[in-house]
Amino acid sequence: MLGFHVVKRSKDATPWWIAWLIRIGAILLGALVCALVTVVLTGKDPIYVFTTMVNGAFGTERKLWSLLQGIAMLLCVSLAVTPAFKMKFWNIGAEGQALMGGLAAAACMMFIGESLPNWLMLLVMVVTSMLAGAIWAVIPALFKARWNTNETLFTLMMNYIAIQIVSYFICVYATGGSGKIDVINASSHIGWMPSIGGKAYLLNVIIVLALTVFMYVYLKYSKHGYEIAVVGESENTAKYIGIDVRKVIIRTMIISGLLCGLAGFLLVSGADHTISRDTIAGRGFTAIMVSWLAKFNPIVMILTSFLLVFFEKGSGQVSQICGLNASFSDVITGIIIFFIIGSEFFINFKIMKNEKEGK
Amino acid sequence: MKKLLAVVLALVMVLSFAACGDKPSAGSNGATLKVGLICLHDENSTYDKNFIDAFKAACEAAGLVEGESYFIKTNTPEGAECKEAALDLVDQGCTVVFADSFGHEPYMIEAAKECPDVQFCHATGTKAHTENLANYHNAFASIYEGRYLAGVAAGLKLNEMIENGDITEETAKIGYIGAFPYAEVKSGYTAFFLGARSACPSATMEVTFTNQWYDETLEKESAQKLVADKCVLISQHADSYGAPTACEDAKIPNVSYNGSTEAQCPETFIVSSKINWEPYFELCIKAAKEGKEIPTDYVGTVDTESVLLTELGAKAPAKGTADKLAEVKAGLSDGSIKVFDTNNFTVTRFDDTYNQYKKDAIKVDENGKVLEYLADVDDAGDYVGETNVIVDGVFVESGSDMRSAPYFDLDIDGITIAK
Repeated sequence: MLGFHVVKRSKDATPWWIAWLIRIGAILLGALVCALVTVVLTGKDPIYVFTTMVNGAFGTERKLWSLLQGIAMLLCVSLAVTPAFKMKFWNIGAEGQALMGGLAAAACMMFIGESLPNWLMLLVMVVTSMLAGAIWAVIPALFKARWNTNETLFTLMMNYIAIQIVSYFICVYATGGSGKIDVINASSHIGWMPSIGGKAYLLNVIIVLALTVFMYVYLKYSKHGYEIAVVGESENTAKYIGIDVRKVIIRTMIISGLLCGLAGFLLVSGADHTISRDTIAGRGFTAIMVSWLAKFNPIVMILTSFLLVFFEKGSGQVSQICGLNASFSDVITGIIIFFIIGSEFFINFKIMKNEKEGK
Repeated sequence: MKKLLAVVLALVMVLSFAACGDKPSAGSNGATLKVGLICLHDENSTYDKNFIDAFKAACEAAGLVEGESYFIKTNTPEGAECKEAALDLVDQGCTVVFADSFGHEPYMIEAAKECPDVQFCHATGTKAHTENLANYHNAFASIYEGRYLAGVAAGLKLNEMIENGDITEETAKIGYIGAFPYAEVKSGYTAFFLGARSACPSATMEVTFTNQWYDETLEKESAQKLVADKCVLISQHADSYGAPTACEDAKIPNVSYNGSTEAQCPETFIVSSKINWEPYFELCIKAAKEGKEIPTDYVGTVDTESVLLTELGAKAPAKGTADKLAEVKAGLSDGSIKVFDTNNFTVTRFDDTYNQYKKDAIKVDENGKVLEYLADVDDAGDYVGETNVIVDGVFVESGSDMRSAPYFDLDIDGITIAK
């Protein structure tokens, strides 16, 4: 017989500081396992591994910017999914919504070309990208509101459709022999986000920072934010107090899609300057983790996205210095995510010793 | 508010980390040379393994140490990640950065523009001769000569099978799995076919494309499909072990690429041609050490040992293959054999599958012998040929005065393309 059993914690029984202690404990434990794995694989001592990781994330000015850009992009997608999540609408289609945004931006760069001044071009790109993202998000929302379809499956499947659409357009647009779209407007830089003071990613970071503050205020202090919270807690309550639930679902998913589209735009115009199936690079899924771990608080999400990006960049450096395969980075990130998700179990449930037999 | 404070404190911590990260030493004056290689996949791909092995050998011969003075980045996609990887290597202190895949090129060019003091060397690319960047270089090898040699070995095997009565002259059909239908692949299989036909005149060939460089399952299935189409010998230009292992299972002789598959396929492996990148890596490392220039377009040949044949398989090759290969190799070396001699092939089909859009660029006589062909050497993205590459009756396949990467893209008679 097992000497313990699992009990669900009552909702208010876990003070926020205990929850955070469990989370921080889990991350530390995860880091420990990562260190162990790394030490076993490389034979280097853990301190060396850790300093290499820090170096990989912060070692040079360029690395620091690359880290900030990584955080900004992950955060942007996370901000996009947050309002929907808070409403308990499980939008796991951010990958596809952002990809459609990126595709729209890339198409503008390729076909509008030099006929517009760059500022107007960027404006057109932002608008089309956000619209594309919104269209991709509103389709499952309409189905949910009208026929109560399962939004998780629906948004998930929309990802694959988006990826196939991008593949199709890559085949159509690709000029080179490798079946890829090259750097778009490599010489004219039309549709490229301008760099500020020589910093290519600064504008991206500023935009996402502003967006973070906006989303914090929107969710916490606006009427919309309140409606989202109520719908998320209980649809019946929402109906009872006269909230039009359908309207809120659709409106919130449009916002979610608009911001995903923006993320796609920022990736294509502000960093990659091309489009591929992997432009979003799984951020649409990682964002779920970031948002959820931060309890849908946009400010805390800065920290959670930092955490994930730090481990990605740091372990990338370890794999390179120690001559490991690049997949090592995925292994490390996987371990950390495993512990983070695992910690939620211990926040929601507690393990009790069995009472004496024959009660 | 407490939470906000915690976040602010965390951010301060993050930024202070940043401040204490050590800066890389500026420039490489006096410091040891550092070099880096960017690979599309890892050692599980025969293509990338070929680069990685040569890179390690060249670096170690020059006294460089992995993780300290030479670095390898594996699994780098053909996208913005490549530029990121290249710049990261520069951060590491590398002054020569190599990349191994065709699709890395635009991102290597972007990196080269950003770091004019670092040399960027890209294998298989086409843009160095038109990009006018002093620090950006392309390299390739006349691998079609290696393919031709491997083709001769295949032709001899077909002859042996005909003699043994396993097949007849009419059924001497070769199967070939290509990755993409562009010049690098077309040049390769055409040379292979010409080599085979030089030994076995009745040989024909069927080609199928996977449209992937590395897809083990697809390559395996393609090989099985070719066997079902009555191909009696198979070769491939794709990077997994899929095709050779399918051949081993079906007991169909196989001519491999990028390296020997004798260990995996002891019964069916004939020979493999490969590009040996070591001479190029050595040349670039030496140039960087001595402050000399790296050629804009480098073409390795049989003579520079950039084009190699592996050892013959123990069981599958026909008798006398080694002697014949030595003879043909000597012919390629002294110029008495030209792979793309226009007397050796004809071009007569012009439709949606064969030589699409090429009718205006080519002049052929009534028998289909090519007299003149304008190839798209400048690769400006227009697909319009501008350079006549038929010189003295020979299709000049590549060259340091043209560009290093292949541009032979004709569909010659005798080769059919599977639907």
